[in-house]
Order: sequence, then C-alpha cells, then structure tokens
Amino acid sequence: MNAAIGLLIAGPLTAAALAFGCGRYQRIRDAIVLSTLAAATALSGWLLYEVERHGTQVVRVGDWNPELGIVLVADLFALLVLTVALATILVVEIFAWGQRHTAWEANPTLAGPLMLVLTGGVSLAFLTGDLFTLFVAFELILVSSYVLLTHQGRRGQIRSGMTYVAINLFASSLFLVGVAFVYAAAGTVNMALLAERIPLLPSSVQWGIGLWFLVVFGTKAAIFPLFSWLPDSYPTAPTTITAVFAGLLTKVGVYTLIRFHTLMDFSALKPVMLAAAGATMLVGVVGALAQNDMKRILSFHIVSQIGYMVMGLALFTTAGLTGAVLFLVHHIPTKTVLFLVGGLVEQTAGTSDLDKVGGLAARKPFLALLFAIPAMSLAGLPPFSGFVAKLAVIDAGIADGSAAVVVVALLVSILTLLSMVKIWLGVFWGAEHQPEPAENTPASDQPERLYRRRHLTVIATTMAVAGTLAVAFYAGGIWDLSERAAIALLDADVYRQEVLG
Amino acid sequence: MSVVLVAAVAGLCISGIYLITARSLSRIVLGFSLLGHATVVALLAAGGPAGQSPLADQAPADELANPLPQALSLTAIVIAFGLTLFLLALARRQQQIEGDDLVEADLEERRLRARNRRQESGDRPKPISDRRRFNRRRGDDPARRDSQSNLTVVEADDEPGTTEASS
Repeated sequence: MNAAIGLLIAGPLTAAALAFGCGRYQRIRDAIVLSTLAAATALSGWLLYEVERHGTQVVRVGDWNPELGIVLVADLFALLVLTVALATILVVEIFAWGQRHTAWEANPTLAGPLMLVLTGGVSLAFLTGDLFTLFVAFELILVSSYVLLTHQGRRGQIRSGMTYVAINLFASSLFLVGVAFVYAAAGTVNMALLAERIPLLPSSVQWGIGLWFLVVFGTKAAIFPLFSWLPDSYPTAPTTITAVFAGLLTKVGVYTLIRFHTLMDFSALKPVMLAAAGATMLVGVVGALAQNDMKRILSFHIVSQIGYMVMGLALFTTAGLTGAVLFLVHHIPTKTVLFLVGGLVEQTAGTSDLDKVGGLAARKPFLALLFAIPAMSLAGLPPFSGFVAKLAVIDAGIADGSAAVVVVALLVSILTLLSMVKIWLGVFWGAEHQPEPAENTPASDQPERLYRRRHLTVIATTMAVAGTLAVAFYAGGIWDLSERAAIALLDADVYRQEVLG
Repeated sequence: MSVVLVAAVAGLCISGIYLITARSLSRIVLGFSLLGHATVVALLAAGGPAGQSPLADQAPADELANPLPQALSLTAIVIAFGLTLFLLALARRQQQIEGDDLVEADLEERRLRARNRRQESGDRPKPISDRRRFNRRRGDDPARRDSQSNLTVVEADDEPGTTEASS
C-alpha cells in the first residue's frame, strides 16, 4: 500500500515526461495521458477503500526520521478529496480528447503532459505531511498552471496571465517566508510535530503564524480580498484548462487551509475567518451578477462558493468541518461540469457571450438539461448535491449561533440562483441568434471523424453530470465519510500519533 | 539570529515589493528575484547560528551549521530560477504583441474607464468597435503595432467578454 501512495505522485510525473517525449505521436500521447489518469483515479479509489477500513497510512520517504525527512500521510480527508479531484481531471481530459483538431482545443502537445504534472502536484499537495513539501507541491501545480494558462500566447491570455503569475508568485514567496518563520519558531516543518509545538508558543506568535498562512492559502483559494486575480484570468484559457482550474486549483488552497488551520488549532482566528467567508460569498456573487459572459459569471461563482467552504472551516466544529469537506466533494465536479457545458455552448454557438447566444434550449435540449442539473446543484436546490452540502454548512452555522454569516449564506444562495437564471435566459431561452460559422468552424478536412469526436465531448460532460448526481445519490455515505474525516481533523492527537508512530 | 540577516531580509523585501508594484514586467522580474533572495536569507536565518559546513566527521556535531534550511534554500533557489525564466518569456511575448512589456489594465478597469468617459462627455452609450481605443492611454503608434503584428500570429479579439463593454 505504501508503494501505491508513492505511485500516486510519481506515476503522473513520470507519465508526463513520457508524454512530453511523444512529440508528434498524438495517439500515443493521448493513450498515456488518459490511461495514467484512469489508473491514478482507480488507485486513489482503492486506497480510499483501504484507508476507510484499516485507518490512515503513513509513508516515510527514504525511512528518514519525520523531523528531517518527508512523510506522506494518506488519511480519509486527503483520499476522499483526491479521488474526486482525479476523477474530475480524467473526465476533462476525455473532453479534451473529443475537442482534438477543433478551434477550441488547447495545444495538445503541451496541455496533456502539463495536466499530468498538475495531477502529480495535486496528489503531492493532498498527501504531503510537511510544510516545505507542500510548498513544492504548490509550485508544481502553479508552474504547470502558468504554462497552461498562457501557452497559446494570445493577447488576452498574456495580459491576464501576467497578473495571475505575479500574484501567485508573490503568494509563494510569502509562503516560503512563512516556512522560515515557522522553522525559526518551532524548529521543524513536519506538520505533526508542528501540531505538537505551535500550541506551546506565545499566543502572539501563534496569531502571527495563523494570519500569515491565512493570507498565503487564502490567496491560492481566492478568498476576499485576495480573489481579484481569479475572474480575470480563468476565462481566457481554453475550456478544458479553465474547467480543471475552476474545479481544482482554488480547492487545493481550501484543502490546505482546512488541514493547516485545524491541525495547528487556530480556532482563535474564528471571527476573522468568518468575516472573510461572508465577504467572499457576497462579493463573488455580486460580481457574478454584473457579468455578461457565461465563463466570467461562472468564474465569479468560484469565489462565492469558496466562501461556504471557509465558513464551514471557520466554525471549527465537527458539523462545520463536515460541511466544508462535503462542499469540497460537491464543488469540484459541479464547477468543472458547468465549465464543460460552457465549452459545449461555445462549440455550438461560437461564443459564450450571453448577448450573442440564445434559444439553445430549442435547438439542443440535451445541452440545456446538462446545464440545468449542475446549475441547480450550484444554487443549492434539492435534491442535488449542492443542497446537501449547503444544508450541512448552514446547519452547522445555526448550531454554532453565527447568525450573521448564516443570513449572508442564505442570501447568497438566492443570488446564485438568480445568476444561474440569467445564464439560462441568456443562453438557452429567448430568440435564437445565428451562429457565426465563418470564423469559428474548426479547420479540419475530416468533418465526419470530427463529428464523431465531438460526441465525445458531450459524453464526457454527461459522465461528469452523472458524477455530480452520484454525489447527491450517495450523499448519506459521503456525509458519514466527511464526518469521520472532520472528527479526525479536529483531533490533532490522532494525526500526531499516526504520523509519529 | 543575527540582526544583520534580519535587516537584509527586510531591505530585500522592501525593494522587491517596490519593484513588483511597477507596471513594467522587467522590473517585476527583478522584484521577484530580490524577493526570492529575501526568502532564502530568511530560511538561513531561521536555521540558527552559523557554523562549520555540515559534512559528516569534519567537525564536532555541535559546531555544525544546521543543514536542513540549506536544503530548503537550494530547492527554493531552483524554483525561483525557473520562474524567473518563465516571467522573462512572458515579458518577451508581451513585447511581441504590444511592443512593450507593460502590464495592461484588466477588463473591469477598462470597462469602468470607458463608462466614466461616456458619462463625462454625456454621450449615449454606443458600441465601441475598437477596444484598443480605451485599452491603452499612452501615445500609441499604429504603424509600429502593425509591424509588430506581422511578425507574430496575433489574434486581436480572442478574449471572451470584451465586446460587451458597451452594454
């Protein structure tokens, strides 16, 4: 089982190197990318099953003492989120496969292998047990995301890519300085040892470390007021890349925020974090209402939804954390699938601008259905997964007596529904606009094969929608798992004993 | 922890952040280099007092410097090096597209600017056919832009959502 944990990280990175080496051999590269992602998803699912039955698995890389060496910790929380994340990347890559040789595809020689690098980074970020390796994992994820965002070198991509790169680089520098602070204060970067030592520090130092890392992880997670880079940069990339970013990147930030702040017990930061959560929800959704492009609306919603997860965390109760974990599991596939639908709309209508699209429901009823299900889920309507997740978070908020943030959360839910209705009205109802085929038809001499391929994009999206429905269908089981993960998160002793043995 | 090291970290951070706030990407690159140095010095300062080089059997164990921050610094240096190269490539691409390496205003900022301009002049909103008109304020030589565009494949209107600036 130890080998499997290492393989989750080393496998995608090795496969990325192989895929880079494929050069012009498109089919081999596609085979490598897809099979690696499928294998990683299966492996992660199996590990989740094993860990659920036998408890947390810890790997000491090179058998070093945890104080000096790297440890990988595969616990319930990590594997639950990782499995969902890997499955999401797999579906998006199938979508990308369907988009080959069309005008909307990302450059496949780069995008496929880089997605594998990103996958390796995500695995490492979820599984690592020390702060510095977490920094390296973040860099792996970010470097591949920088290239994925800007690799086509288009004007808008370069413009927004600069802001994206600069802000994330700055956050990374802060992270590293934070690591230096923590090392100076506690003499280790191992999280289990830190959980032992940080509570012994003077409370001012604890506050400093907690706030510092709130800013660092908050920038990655795009919480208010550190979110401004997100809505500008995400929509400029090709659909398949935006979909993965939307589903995953900010969620890695949220994951580490949950991991670090529960483990070090920064519950003193509760008021600050609750305020940030409320502001994140509100600002995100209000920003979304002001937009007029499907992809930009959805990008602002990422920010708004992050607020709910931070709210669940900020309560520092079992119920709140259960909600946060559930929200992560619900949000990753739902957000991704909404962006994939955005990609399908672009394929059909040539643009995702609400003013230029219309009446798609009559022409493509199935596409409308594919949008409606995750959109209602995002707004939190029953019986979809978003309802369960929001219920968990809001219920925890009420139980905790944090009335203000609960009111904000409910209000934001309504506004979310409103902007989903705005997309629905703009894209699927109303008068049909004539698509402009002259510019946007894919340049290919194999229309028939292309048509068959394009079915694949619909199939991939359908799979993802089915996935979000599965989250709703098995909500009971996932709730139990999340609750167990939350209990383990709040009890730092358990983590410490598991890692240090 | 030596006061000199801490002062060095502070100085590097201040100059780095000052440079990062500039509009030109080449200054931003320099700013990040300085900030990278600051983090490395901070890591070294965190490792405790200086000592002999941490090689086995070279000196008594209590005289050795702490090797862990050095390992961390090395990793950080390599990452910073790669990212500096990437930023330079980005600056080069911006120069190919725009003729300079300045960070442009983002979409919302340009929309607000366009709206303010309309309100000032009291015009009714009208479609803005050429977004370059409000995209860039400084002196702009179209001939130079065209010659630049011919060098590279530039897709002028590939940004989603720019066209609704008029609404």
